[in-house]
Amino acid sequence: MQEMAGLAEGSALFVQVAERLAGQIADGGLAEGERVPSTNELAVFYRINPATAAKGINVLADDGLLEKRRGIGMFVATGARRRLLARRRGEFTRRYVEPLLTEAARLGIGTGELFALIKEAGDERESVSL
Amino acid sequence: MTPAISVTDLTRRYRDHTALDGIDIAIGGGTITGLLGRNGAGKTTLLRILAGHEFPSSGSVRVLGAPPAENEDVLRRLAFVREDQVYPDIKVGQALRAASWFHPNWDFELASALLDDFGLRADKAVKKLSRGQRSALGITIAMAARAEVTLFDEPYAGLDAVARQVFYDRLLADFARFPRTVVLSTHLIDEAAALLESVIVIDRGRLVLNAATDVLRGLATRVSGPCLAVDSLAEGRPVWERRRLGSQASIVMVGPLSAHDRERARSCGLDLTPLSLQQIVVRAAAGVLAPVPIRVPETGFEAGFETDRTGA
Repeated sequence: MQEMAGLAEGSALFVQVAERLAGQIADGGLAEGERVPSTNELAVFYRINPATAAKGINVLADDGLLEKRRGIGMFVATGARRRLLARRRGEFTRRYVEPLLTEAARLGIGTGELFALIKEAGDERESVSL
Repeated sequence: MTPAISVTDLTRRYRDHTALDGIDIAIGGGTITGLLGRNGAGKTTLLRILAGHEFPSSGSVRVLGAPPAENEDVLRRLAFVREDQVYPDIKVGQALRAASWFHPNWDFELASALLDDFGLRADKAVKKLSRGQRSALGITIAMAARAEVTLFDEPYAGLDAVARQVFYDRLLADFARFPRTVVLSTHLIDEAAALLESVIVIDRGRLVLNAATDVLRGLATRVSGPCLAVDSLAEGRPVWERRRLGSQASIVMVGPLSAHDRERARSCGLDLTPLSLQQIVVRAAAGVLAPVPIRVPETGFEAGFETDRTGA
C-alpha cells in the first residue's frame, strides 16, 4: 500500500481530503482568510491524483467554507470555523455520547456510574494540567 | 468534452483465440487511468492497439480524435513504454536523444533529473543495463516525452520499491504541472491506487469494470460478527461472499453505508471494514462483480462527515 500521508484506503479519497482540511480549519491550523494549499500541493503531499485533491477542495467551496479569489487560489471563508464547530457540536451526541451509552450498557454500567466515571476522568485531567 | 481515447466495439482475434472481445471505453483527457486484469486478460493487446502497433480485427479506435495506426500526427503526440522494451545497441544518452527527435514536447531537464533519480548513467550501454535499469530508461523516455497520451504497460519489471516510489512521485508531480492522458497497466494495484482517477478492468478480453476510483472506494464493506446481526444488516442487499464459523459470520456487503447502518452495526457489535480498491478489483477480475450494478453513492460534505472509518 502506497503511503498517502495518513489517508485510508477504503473510502473516497476526496472526502477524506475535505475532512482533513475542515479539521484544520476547525482547529485553527488554517485561519480564516488564509490561503489553503493548491490542488497540486495537496496532490504531491498526499500522493494522490490532482483531480481527487481538486474534488476535495470543491466540496468545501460548494459548502461556502472556502472562497475563490481569482488568479490567486482558495481561501478560508469568514465564519468557516464557527460553522464547522457548530456542526461538530450538533454531531457530538450521535458520534460520541451514543456509542458511549451503547458500550456502557453492554458492560452493565448504569447512568449513575457513568457520570461518576466521567467526573473522575475529568478531575484527573484537570489536576494533570494544573 | 471529447475523450482523448475512445474505443467502440473493439475486437482483436488471433488465429485460435480472441484477445479482445467487444470492448467499449472512453477515457477523458487529463486523467490517469489504471488498466487492470490478470495475466493474459488482453491489457497489452489493448495498449498496443491504442499505440498504433497493432490493428483491430473489428471495431473502432480513436486516439486524440483519429485512428492511431500508421498515423504520424497521432503517434508523435503519444508515448508508449512496454514491459520489455528492446533497444538497439546504443548508449543511454543516445537513446534519450533519439527519443527527443520524435517527441515535440521532449524535456531534457526532466530526462536528466529522472536519470539521476534512478541512478542511470548517460554513457552506459543499454545492453549492459539490468532489467530494472531498462525499465527505468523506458519510464524516463515516456515521462520526458510529455506526450498528450502516455501509455505505460507494466513499466516497472525489475524495479525495487524505492524506484517505484520515485516513479509514482515523479509522475504525479509532472502530471500536476503538465496534465496529460495517462493509462497505466499494472498488477500492483494497491501501490498505484491513489494515483488513479478511474480504473478499467478486463478479464479474458472482456470489459468487466470501468469506474471512477472514488465510486469504488467504500462500495463494499466486510461485515463480521454474530450471525443474526450480520444477516439482519445485509437483508435485501447484494452480498459477494459469505463465511460462517459457529455463531459468527463474515460477509462482503455491496453498497454505501448510511449513518443509520453504522449505528445499527455499532449497537449490535458488528465489525465493519471497507474493502480496498485492490480487493474490489480482484473480485471484478474474478467475475464476481458483473451482476452488481455500480451506483454512484451520494457524496457531499454532510455525507463526508459521516464516514468515520470504522475499522480503518
